Amino acid sequence: MADKVLMKGNEALAEAAILAGCRHYFGYPITPQTEVAEYMAKKMPKIGGVFLQAESEIAAINMVIGAAAAGKRVMTSSSSPGVALKSEGLSYLAGCDLPALIVNVQRGGPGLGGIQPGQADYFHATRGAGHGDFHMIVTAPATVQEMIDLVGKSFDLADKYRMPAMLLADGTIGQMMEPVTLTENTSAPIEKPWAVTGYDGSRPRNVVNSLFIQPEDLENLVMERYARYAKIEAEEQMAEEYMTEDADIILVAYGVAARVCRNAIKAAREKGLKVGLIRPITLWPFPKKVMSAAAEKAKAFISVELSMGQMIEDIELAIRCRRPVLLCNRTGGMIPTPAEVLAKIDEAAKIGG
Amino acid sequence: MSKASQLLIAGFGGQGVQFCGKFLAMVGLNEGREVSYLSSYGPEVRGGTSNCSVIISDEAVGSPIVTDPEILVALNLPSLDKFEMRAVPGAMIFVDSSLIDRKVERGDTENFYLPATQMASDNGLTGFANMIMLGYLVRKSEVVAYDEVLRTVEKMVAGKKPGLLEKNLKALDLGYNYEN
Amino acid sequence: MAECIDELGIQSKTIGIASVGCSVFSYNYFNCDMVQAAHGRAPAVATGVKRADPSKIVFTYQGDGDLAAIGTAETVHSAARGENITVIFVNNAIYGMTGGQMAPTTLPGQVTQTSPYGRDVQTVGYPVKVCEMLSQVDGAAYLERVAVNNVKNLMAAKKAIKKAFQNQIDGKGFSLVEVLSACPTYWSMTPEKALERVASEMIPYYPLGVYKDKYAEEGTK
Repeated sequence: MADKVLMKGNEALAEAAILAGCRHYFGYPITPQTEVAEYMAKKMPKIGGVFLQAESEIAAINMVIGAAAAGKRVMTSSSSPGVALKSEGLSYLAGCDLPALIVNVQRGGPGLGGIQPGQADYFHATRGAGHGDFHMIVTAPATVQEMIDLVGKSFDLADKYRMPAMLLADGTIGQMMEPVTLTENTSAPIEKPWAVTGYDGSRPRNVVNSLFIQPEDLENLVMERYARYAKIEAEEQMAEEYMTEDADIILVAYGVAARVCRNAIKAAREKGLKVGLIRPITLWPFPKKVMSAAAEKAKAFISVELSMGQMIEDIELAIRCRRPVLLCNRTGGMIPTPAEVLAKIDEAAKIGG
Repeated sequence: MSKASQLLIAGFGGQGVQFCGKFLAMVGLNEGREVSYLSSYGPEVRGGTSNCSVIISDEAVGSPIVTDPEILVALNLPSLDKFEMRAVPGAMIFVDSSLIDRKVERGDTENFYLPATQMASDNGLTGFANMIMLGYLVRKSEVVAYDEVLRTVEKMVAGKKPGLLEKNLKALDLGYNYEN
Repeated sequence: MAECIDELGIQSKTIGIASVGCSVFSYNYFNCDMVQAAHGRAPAVATGVKRADPSKIVFTYQGDGDLAAIGTAETVHSAARGENITVIFVNNAIYGMTGGQMAPTTLPGQVTQTSPYGRDVQTVGYPVKVCEMLSQVDGAAYLERVAVNNVKNLMAAKKAIKKAFQNQIDGKGFSLVEVLSACPTYWSMTPEKALERVASEMIPYYPLGVYKDKYAEEGTK
């Protein structure tokens, strides 16, 4: 077991990518995730990797497409407005069945928004990352250690299912420092026989493509992709439960919001209120199973988010609206305080209990 | 030693606020405790006010954002103005009295005044006011063990500029042994 | 192009990047591994492929709308980086794929579906001269404009394309060949008339020749 070191979230995720075998990074600077690019710029040349600062977010994601098509583990990182610019490429990655890691260290929006932490890209990540029918695997770290663990996991899942994976972090997790343990990713590399490596006649010609003029062909391909998505929804849901066994009120939160919830739960329990937390680790697939099971016993849910009620829709869908779901939120770069969450818990206790 | 310590350290850019916070988190880590450090970030860090949240705890850290500090370190007046009222009742407030010419106004906190910047310049330690304050803070709050502070500073400074360790140790010692 | 790849014996390590436009189906015509890029992004995708494995020979095949309008930034910056790739730029002064709309290279006065009264430079501005523009970019190694309107020009075009690939093999960096070509369908002309128009209208506006040959220049010093 390696020693614990104090690391900043953004730097930890960059190091984790290197440990996971990523040797190709293409990006463009934007607050609050510039440390990722800076870290890669320092490290990659020393280990024979590629760091390239692209002329735009759009160019960066298209460079990712190129390296992914060539069969490499590749990533890019950005923050909200920059990730929006990458939307075109995200759709092409999905349409070409290419694995890649995209990191979004979210800030407040819309527009240029602000540079303080946000979670308002939830819909973008889980619903509409680009045009067309597709999904990305979306994970959300709540600690710097988890930032590391989910980077490796995302690369593995992306390779396994041949699709883009997004790490949806927020400015707080990106900027904070915590003790972490760095370990080498030991998962066996997945063969990529579809990659463009040069056609010498020993295998069929490889064409990485998302264009299909015959609608039947395109429909079949999208259907095949959605069968894969169904498998992912069945097998890859991840969530952490905290004090949910006896909980009347379930908080649902991811990223920094989940950490605030832990403080609020402690305070609520001291007041005798039975409150627990379900923390989605995968946002897509959304952890519906654990949510639905919790709805059997719990009386009310509260979605705690740094957005205007985005994840709340997934909670309502997951529990089929069997219980009331309240919203406790701040936005624009603000973070709910434990006291604000506690006040919402009191409100839920009145209607639910 | 308290179960969880929520610290907020604030001053202006260049006073070593962030270093101070990061250093305390490292000491906590070396003590085997749960820690987090979160700096304010963005344009405000350049030139304007600078602050950071540090949590040192015996259990997993929840929110890394210190909204209601149990220990507040104010290295300039805007920082004291901004955060004084946010400290919890019974909090410890540390003030660099060479830069802040007013006293803490509320009566429900434990207040400590140290002319750290003045002491630094009087002792040829310009730029080390933060470490003087840190020595004093550790003495009064016992938020971490002083032995561990000394071990951590040795580890951090090892291999760097000669004389740096001596200056750090001298600064810590000045603060730790300060009597008013 | 295919002949050049064959003659250089690089087919098994060549990877082509198809673009969007008339060239969109090029992934069916070239007998090598291909990646289909988004509109204008071929040089960025090529950068990713090349950086992933610099031993491969990577080319893009792009039209005028793709390279000189929506993909201008990718074109200029891959040139500025001196990216060791080969760009084949087919300039037929019109958007063929979508049915004959005005292109960035459409000639002044030229009638298209979106310039039905002829390209009016007072309102929509002037054509972009890609070779001239890129000749100011330090990173570009080799820029040549050719035409494919007669046998002589065709031979010259092939020579230029071969050189653009040879440059990549030799690690010389960004090479671009602009190929003036006809589009009889959307110029609403017979093929013969269209070829005449290349000579009578396009070549005078887009003069043929080498616009930059960094290593030849250095060689003469």
